[in-house]
Amino acid sequence: MAKDHVGGSEDYEALIEEVLAAYPAKSAKRRAKHLTVAKATEEEPDATTGIASKCDTQKSNIKSVPGVMTIRGCAYAGSKGVVWGPVKDMVHISHGPVGCGQYSWSQRRNYYIGKTGVDSFVTMQFTTDFQEKDIVFGGDKKLAKTIDEIQELFPLNNGVTIQSECPIGLIGDDIEAVAKQKNKEHGKTMVPVRCEGFRGVSQSLGHHIANDAVRDWVFDKEDSEAVKAYEPGQYDVNVIGDYNIGGDAWASRILLEEMGLNVVGNWSGDATLAEIERAPKAKLNLIHCYRSMNYICRHMEEKYGIEWMEYNFFGPSQIAASLRAIASKFDATIQENAEKVIAKYQPLVDEVIAKYRPRLEGKSVMLYVGGLRPRHVVTAYDDLGMVIAGTGYEFGHGDDYKRTGHYVKEGTLIYDDVTGYELEKFIEKIRPDLVGSGIKEKYPVQKMGIPFRQMHSWDYSGPYHGYDGFAIFARDMDMAINNPVWGLYDAPWKSAPEAIAAE
Amino acid sequence: MSDLRQIAFYGKGGIGKSTTSQNTLAALVELDQKILIVGCDPKADSTRLILNSKAQDTVLHMAAEMGSVEDLELEDVLKVGFKDIKCVESGGPEPGVGCAGRGVITAINFLEENGAYDDVDYVSYDVLGDVVCGGFAMPIRENKAQEIYIVMSGEMMALYAANNISKGILKYANSGGVRLGGLICNERQTDKELELAEALAARLGSQLIHFVPRDNIVQHAELRRQTVLQYAPESQQAEEYRQLANKIHNNSGKGVIPSPITMEELEEMLMEFGIMQSEEERLAAIAASEAQAS
Repeated sequence: MAKDHVGGSEDYEALIEEVLAAYPAKSAKRRAKHLTVAKATEEEPDATTGIASKCDTQKSNIKSVPGVMTIRGCAYAGSKGVVWGPVKDMVHISHGPVGCGQYSWSQRRNYYIGKTGVDSFVTMQFTTDFQEKDIVFGGDKKLAKTIDEIQELFPLNNGVTIQSECPIGLIGDDIEAVAKQKNKEHGKTMVPVRCEGFRGVSQSLGHHIANDAVRDWVFDKEDSEAVKAYEPGQYDVNVIGDYNIGGDAWASRILLEEMGLNVVGNWSGDATLAEIERAPKAKLNLIHCYRSMNYICRHMEEKYGIEWMEYNFFGPSQIAASLRAIASKFDATIQENAEKVIAKYQPLVDEVIAKYRPRLEGKSVMLYVGGLRPRHVVTAYDDLGMVIAGTGYEFGHGDDYKRTGHYVKEGTLIYDDVTGYELEKFIEKIRPDLVGSGIKEKYPVQKMGIPFRQMHSWDYSGPYHGYDGFAIFARDMDMAINNPVWGLYDAPWKSAPEAIAAE
Repeated sequence: MSDLRQIAFYGKGGIGKSTTSQNTLAALVELDQKILIVGCDPKADSTRLILNSKAQDTVLHMAAEMGSVEDLELEDVLKVGFKDIKCVESGGPEPGVGCAGRGVITAINFLEENGAYDDVDYVSYDVLGDVVCGGFAMPIRENKAQEIYIVMSGEMMALYAANNISKGILKYANSGGVRLGGLICNERQTDKELELAEALAARLGSQLIHFVPRDNIVQHAELRRQTVLQYAPESQQAEEYRQLANKIHNNSGKGVIPSPITMEELEEMLMEFGIMQSEEERLAAIAASEAQAS
């Protein structure tokens, strides 16, 4: 393989042309709209990153070209896998045939505290396991029975969500009626979610549908005991869009709490239903994963007047900037506390950078992740002196690409809904020092002789959020890039023919 | 079995598909044919005149009761009725739930896999209403029915449905080899019914294979859960069904790929027969009646 092809093409426009040349004319024309290079812009540079580029010239959030290998997921993945799945004290039923739930079982590494199978259920798989007769005669009765069995077997659950798989939409099962009925019978929250996989172009619609389900089936219902017992305070904030991958939410929460804020809800990593129910009573919504949860934040703003703001806890520069921005929404005490927190962790930051920056300085990175990290983690790499060669979203929208301009410099390769072929070609030609993407990309990239880190699941590591997370992030990137295994990549007989000849 | 003939009866709901098909098949037995009727309607009423009984146990209900279709034996669902005609009903869900189309697919696959088609000369499918989804197109897909007989009448919506069904046949004609055997007009005593039926058949490139006159004896037989062939074998109506059975029997391999027409063309055809007024005629009639009133 092309391991000796180091450096690669600097002319990314030409590279895009070259990659597109393999497609039939029609597909090439469609795909060309998703591939671009960050351009110069008149806009003011971002206050924190000092960067301004134009990344929103391309198309996004439209149907993948038939025949290509897209890396996207489906609406069910967006709802069950991302938004609802981590809510720990509810049981999430994969309603339909067994496969969807089975093969997505425990994939997101959403950590939580609780007794699994007693009061928490995140790593368990519940499904109605549709058979032919359920398709033909409808699955409503089976769903009702499943919910009854769940109440009997797991009485400490605080509610159930019904995550629709494709056939539910095709046969028109009335899951809303079942949810209402069971809510009456059991007195617990029942949330039907119409996240059939064929809806929309990617998992992104699933996030939206899941957000709408929170609005329609959780908010404004009769308050649970947990909500009645809650007394709102002036420093109450919700963290929205932190899924606690490898403990991210915990590493974030401590910073906010040290600042004097009261995190009353974290959606939805390590979350309880009560945290969602009482969210409308908080003072401020702090949103990390904008793509998957902005909808409900906008709703809470409109309906309950709760302000929301985006923040970024990847890498010390952004963490400090975010802590200050969050503090500016509160009084002087909080603002002073924010400075104290930043100062407290500065020695840790200095130590991490002193240790790893010399080992990582100038190394190039290509990213391909979901809907937030393609821009959010960029600054963590910047803090370590690394350079982003290319980045792209599986399911970003126009507003994501607009925001990307605050993170990546002019000349960065940008790819939307990149196909398996395109990504492989880009990596092969650019030959970055590190690729950060998902499990499907990991092994092909490593076989090319290029270090890889999974940037969805943190590769069984984490957390990467917050100051503590940054230390782990830096270590992991160093571990991948400077692993001695890459020096052993070529077969010894190919690199040392003389030695063999001398024998 | 190479000489197995598979036919299907389609048509608008309520047109008399089941009645016509059962009477015709009862007559076909007289030509020494061994017949299997496959009812593909969740109402499961395609075989009651042959079995002289209320709806039989259906494939899907039995399968649901036993767990899955794999647990089912052919004997559980195959019943034998008038003159040894074999009868099976696919069955399906209550209206408004589940997927009846998938049920038809499941049931037909079950019958084929379990040898229901062995040792018969004819398999006849009786399919509900319009071709509403892929499941109900099952008998015209995948080399199942060779010829489709569309039961219709001179009513506008029946003509419309016949044309629609022809579209379904056309779709699968090249891949599966299904053909339109002809139209069967079940007389409703509408204006110029025979002419209209013949005209539509001609437009579709097919034939009106038989015009079944209206006769109350059909109703009398049906109330007794019998075909006319069983209730009054000497009657004129029984003779009509014998003729139809003969024509179908001799129609083997003579089906055509239909040429369905557009809604506009269908309306034009009705205007030609003076059944529907054109816009000008309608305005003229209104003007005339207004003039008369004043």
